[in-house]
Amino acid sequence: MNAVTISGVSKRFKGGTIALEDIDLDIERGEFVSLIGPSGCGKSTLLRIIGDLIEPSAGSATVNAKPARQARRDHDYGIVFQDSVLYDWRTVARNIALPLELAGWDRDRRSRRVEEMLDLVELRGFEDHHPWQLSGGMQQRVSIARALSFDPALLLMDEPFGALDEMTRERLNGELLRIWQASGSTVVFVTHSIAEAVFLSTRVVVMSARPGRISKLIPIDLAQPRTGATREDPRFFELATEVREALHMGGGHDAPLAATGLSEGAA
Amino acid sequence: MTAQPEPLPVQALPGDGVARLIGRRARDWVPAIIVLVAGIGLWEGLVKGLDVQRFLLPAPTAILSAFRDNQSALWHEGWFTLQEALGGFALGVTFGIVLAIVVARWDLLGSALMPYAIAANAIPIIAFAPITNAWFDPLTKTSKMVVAAILCFFPVFVNVVRGLRSVKPAQIELMRSYAAGELTIFRLVRVPTALPFLFTSLKVASVLAMIGAIVSEYFGGSLEALGANIKQDASLFQFEKAWAEIVIACLLGIGFYLAVALLERIAMRWQPRVEMQRA
Repeated sequence: MNAVTISGVSKRFKGGTIALEDIDLDIERGEFVSLIGPSGCGKSTLLRIIGDLIEPSAGSATVNAKPARQARRDHDYGIVFQDSVLYDWRTVARNIALPLELAGWDRDRRSRRVEEMLDLVELRGFEDHHPWQLSGGMQQRVSIARALSFDPALLLMDEPFGALDEMTRERLNGELLRIWQASGSTVVFVTHSIAEAVFLSTRVVVMSARPGRISKLIPIDLAQPRTGATREDPRFFELATEVREALHMGGGHDAPLAATGLSEGAA
Repeated sequence: MTAQPEPLPVQALPGDGVARLIGRRARDWVPAIIVLVAGIGLWEGLVKGLDVQRFLLPAPTAILSAFRDNQSALWHEGWFTLQEALGGFALGVTFGIVLAIVVARWDLLGSALMPYAIAANAIPIIAFAPITNAWFDPLTKTSKMVVAAILCFFPVFVNVVRGLRSVKPAQIELMRSYAAGELTIFRLVRVPTALPFLFTSLKVASVLAMIGAIVSEYFGGSLEALGANIKQDASLFQFEKAWAEIVIACLLGIGFYLAVALLERIAMRWQPRVEMQRA
């Protein structure tokens, strides 16, 4: 069964910007799918449509064989944003427990789960700290623990490591893979980084901008589990090159000028 | 938040004991106490040395003895006025918070009312004191409470609206991802976000409440009240007693402010100590 089914999804914002046009995408259970593309390709919008945080103008999103709205109400997914979005007045433990409180877990069950989560993201000893006492990387680990705390079948991540330095980012990439393999959940991951997308994913979805479309699906056949050695594997570079070329063909990172030239030429 | 070294040196959590809630160790107070003692000594010396007329400025010792002679009457007057201030504070703060919640919830109402609230915040409401004496019996506490309440209302209203609206959109979006309803979001996100704004305005309101009560007593009020006595004693040349009453007003005002500040510390223990709130 598919974890996520997107069929015929378009999104037109007020003012006429077409963020997404006619997107079809199936994501199987247990997959780790990255959405990559230039700014304005609608990858974050697509993630929010899956999470029912934005409504599509046309088409539909299905999560766990349910309409996206029902899946949101059933707490079927956890989400992590670029900013850790922690609540400053709550301790680390109470930030992690927030979705559990909202789902009506009792106190004992909550604190047991929080303990497990602290171990998972290696923040044991920091449970009574407040977010401002943590570094950016630790804050993002709290945010990941919170998203995983209620054991959602689906994890949505919107450039979760985008604001971190390269070292922290690589370490958290490794931790995320470990968590993903241990939990068996499905991950949809938005990123700007080709290396990150290739290293993490089982499949990379390359998107193009204006309007947002899927330009290529690239299966990543690197061996699991992925380690530091994976990043030096020749196959890693081949796949990275394939993603880069797909990005450029679809109007990649430095394409706005070329795209403008084309459309003017056509007009 | 980019490229922070990890882990950060972790500071001790702010305050468990009362001493830490108050914030400073006794030793930190020494310089301030020296200034106080020196200031009073200088005052006493100047008044005695330059032979200053007592209606201009009585010596601290003269004020102290007036204080001692009239102690029970003074505290009685102080309590009377404090009740007016507290009553007005409670009334004004309650209305301010309730209306702020309504306005923050319904944007249209906010855009209709906020300009007037902000304008009203800038007018000298104390000018209405003689009018409220005409509306209500000037001998009752009610007329003074109304002035104090109106004074307290505006800063609380304006600040709480601002606080309720300064929620980060991502924090709301995350709550929506958990299918949390409006009421839950209000309770778990908007209220905690607004708390620093509320307490900033409460501290302002505590000062305004005392000013409102005392100044409106100047325009006529029961002789049980502090303001009416200050005015009467000054006109009867009992300057030492008037000054003793001013001292009571100061003590009560400072006590009121500190009580609110202490409440703030208790309610927001999660905050880093160095962070200062702005109104």
